[in-house]
Amino acid sequence: MTTPQAHVPGASVFDRLEALLPFVSKPIQYVGGELNAVQKPWESVDVHWALMYPDAYEVGAPNQGVQILYEVINERDDALAERTYAVWPDLEKLMREHQVPQFTVDSHRALGDFDIVGMSFSTELGYTNMLTALDLAGIPLHAADRHGGHPIVIAGGHAAFNPETIAEFVDAAVMGDGEEAVLLITDIVRDWKREGCPEGRVGLLRRLALTGVIYVPRFYDVEYLEDGRIKRIVPNEADIPWRVRKFTLMDLDSWPYPKAPLVPLAETVHERMSVEIFRGCTRGCRFCQAGMITRPVRERSITGIAEMVESGLCKTGYEEVGLLSLSSADHTEIAEIAKGLADRYEGTETALSLPSTRVDAFNIDLANELSRNGRRSGLTFAPEGGSERMRKVINKQVTEEDLIRTVSAAYGAGWRQVKLYFMVGLPTETDEDVMQVAELAREVIKAGRAASGRRDIRCTVSIGGFVPKPHTPFQWAAQLNHEATDARLHKLRDAIRADREYGKSIGLRYHDGKPGIVEGLLSRGDRRVGRVILQAWRDGARFDGWSEHFSYDRWMNAAAVAFADEPVDVDWYTIRERQQSEVLPWGHLDSGLDADWLWEDWQDSLSEVGVEDCRWTPCFDCGVCDQMETEIQVGPTGVVTLPMPTVRTTAVLVEADA
Amino acid sequence: MSRKPPERDVALAVQKLRVHYAKRGRLRFSSHRDFQRALERALRRAEVPMAYSAGFSPHPKISYANSAPTGVASEAEYVEIGVTKLCDPERMRAALDEALPPGLDVVDVVTAATPDFVNRLEASRWRFEMPGVDRATAQAAADVFLAQGEVIVERLMKNGIRKFDTRGAVLSLTVTDESGVSGSQGSAAGDSCAILEVVTRHVTPSVRPDDLLAALRIAAHLVPPVPPRVTRLAQGPLIPGSTEIGDPFAPDRAALVSS
Repeated sequence: MTTPQAHVPGASVFDRLEALLPFVSKPIQYVGGELNAVQKPWESVDVHWALMYPDAYEVGAPNQGVQILYEVINERDDALAERTYAVWPDLEKLMREHQVPQFTVDSHRALGDFDIVGMSFSTELGYTNMLTALDLAGIPLHAADRHGGHPIVIAGGHAAFNPETIAEFVDAAVMGDGEEAVLLITDIVRDWKREGCPEGRVGLLRRLALTGVIYVPRFYDVEYLEDGRIKRIVPNEADIPWRVRKFTLMDLDSWPYPKAPLVPLAETVHERMSVEIFRGCTRGCRFCQAGMITRPVRERSITGIAEMVESGLCKTGYEEVGLLSLSSADHTEIAEIAKGLADRYEGTETALSLPSTRVDAFNIDLANELSRNGRRSGLTFAPEGGSERMRKVINKQVTEEDLIRTVSAAYGAGWRQVKLYFMVGLPTETDEDVMQVAELAREVIKAGRAASGRRDIRCTVSIGGFVPKPHTPFQWAAQLNHEATDARLHKLRDAIRADREYGKSIGLRYHDGKPGIVEGLLSRGDRRVGRVILQAWRDGARFDGWSEHFSYDRWMNAAAVAFADEPVDVDWYTIRERQQSEVLPWGHLDSGLDADWLWEDWQDSLSEVGVEDCRWTPCFDCGVCDQMETEIQVGPTGVVTLPMPTVRTTAVLVEADA
Repeated sequence: MSRKPPERDVALAVQKLRVHYAKRGRLRFSSHRDFQRALERALRRAEVPMAYSAGFSPHPKISYANSAPTGVASEAEYVEIGVTKLCDPERMRAALDEALPPGLDVVDVVTAATPDFVNRLEASRWRFEMPGVDRATAQAAADVFLAQGEVIVERLMKNGIRKFDTRGAVLSLTVTDESGVSGSQGSAAGDSCAILEVVTRHVTPSVRPDDLLAALRIAAHLVPPVPPRVTRLAQGPLIPGSTEIGDPFAPDRAALVSS
């Protein structure tokens, strides 16, 4: 091979990548060229961001978080943002052989050239893909080994609410809404560079840490007790704040992003445009980390939503719009929104969908409204717990009566397929609670047959293993081991199969309990777990969220090696219940939730006591609004008609007709 | 009682337009399905009054013809689109080109005035750029290939591996060269870069660029050091008595002028 020419920062590596593409599957995912993608000259800005969604392009490209931050940064004159995704093992192998670095898909710039690499972690199972990307980029895996010329690596996304397991690999972590976070970080990095990089890399990281809203692990020391528990987590420099707060964006209407959603050429998991109709959820489901860490509820107005739908459709040409949130039917004006949009787009072959809905009859009217133009996919409801008792424990306030009434309405209105989501392995759960899932499914089919007058209606039961997450009332709970999880699932499967009258109408979908244990280890782990991640990655762990790539044994072997000299093991992190007095690895990270309130809610859970939604009942002091100086922002605005769309002229018609 | 598709005005197509487009640069890695999605979205963005099929999931009336394989660039791809209001072909070309990502470029649009368009696409001319292969080596391989009565290759198809002849479909094969072809592929593999131009007749199973490369490897042991860049330069009717390819839109233009 000839010696490669000296690499110019920001130069494209596409020529070298291109030669490898004929040999890999789905090469289109690596070439970029999406509609609405942005390319800026490297030298035209001070601050260069690479945003990574550490999973395959088909999963990462539609991610709303990355698309929002991409636009927010690129709107600035002093910064640019490009995107990068995990490359599949076939390309990884070729890139290593031919020394092609991890690249961005926008301008195919080398990841190592950027000032900041922002990693968006929706799930902990992306950690090994981060290591692959850093390694391919030639960026040292350990933050301590990086020097001035290397990017700073910042973690965000829900998993960043406990970044301790990756504390040695990232330079910083940000919790909460990213819009204002990236603007603040861009300002700090720009100023530091313009001042000639005072005090080098550490100087920059110190500036970030001093904000109190950016967590820089190197400025915190973790001390352990002999039994393995954490003794304390303390700042190791005088001015470093003891606690780091999350970001909370207020007034969604003034942040209408993404304004021009990306339209990938490659096929992705979401072939639609999404408009976020509100952020946060206060339903109070105790297993739900998203609901706990994104408080309070902040609605986008009906006017703001209509404008985003209209301009997004114009700019993308998508044929479907998803109205996105954690529980979309809870928007105070959802009926007006659904009707307004259905009216406006009637006859335009534009489909509307509500990805997350609750179980109540009102939602059937909504679903009817949204499927007016004829497209009717399945309806999905999430009772989560099989028994009434279980639903009280998790605070999912849905009665069997609600569910039966809702599905009867659905089957009566012509739906023939209903999906029900449940969890297995919830705190205090017994075999009997799980067997109630079968009972519930039978009742659903019985009611459906009566309501529709047909026997060919179906229901699909989908069950996921429960993984306790940080910053939830279940953060202290013992996770169910995978053997017991599998035993309960098999018992349920056998019960459904044995049912002659209804069994054939019920489909059951579940996964074994092993991946959940690894997720549990990564979710509630501390800095010592970082060694497990590194070992597993060295042993070949990649794409751990994909069952065909995941290996439980690889992770367990890695843990055995990494914990050889520690008083802890995988069970200690996963199936062990914590006491109130234990210092949790994320104790210094402030999601706004009051630790005492979380503990009380955990105790209420064990007593099967529910808690209401603060949108409709007085505040019950979860702590978020006080701590973060935020407020609930909900309608109704009273606006019932949508603003008129901009009048467009169809430029393709022959003149006489136009 | 089963649900009926909702009543809708299924407006009939009042006009069909034939679109000639190119697939260039990095977008040559898009597959046929990738292009379909991009086109349908571009048509919506350009507000082309599409005709849709009836039924539960209506789809736009678009006919795709003979698309180039993933990884192969093309200057000559064709689709036909049905619309419910009369459209001006040149305005349509401009609007659609604007709405498609750069690299998927609309070259020409005509109103369909004749039947049997797909049958008119009788042959293709392909260009193979072979960095690292010198002209003499390529010429020798071409001579060996052309001297054969048939060259059998294998390809994995839906029903398993199929063997078929490639030689019979090749109407002409010429070799030229261009030193210093753009890109570092050339410099990495040496400066020489043979250029092959091949005219193939469209037969069943179709003889694609990969098959031609396999045939050159099998018949003449030609193994390029880096993957050749392949471009379809033209497709259309064979001009009788030659191996030249004519403009497939010519009959439509003629019919429109005479009407």
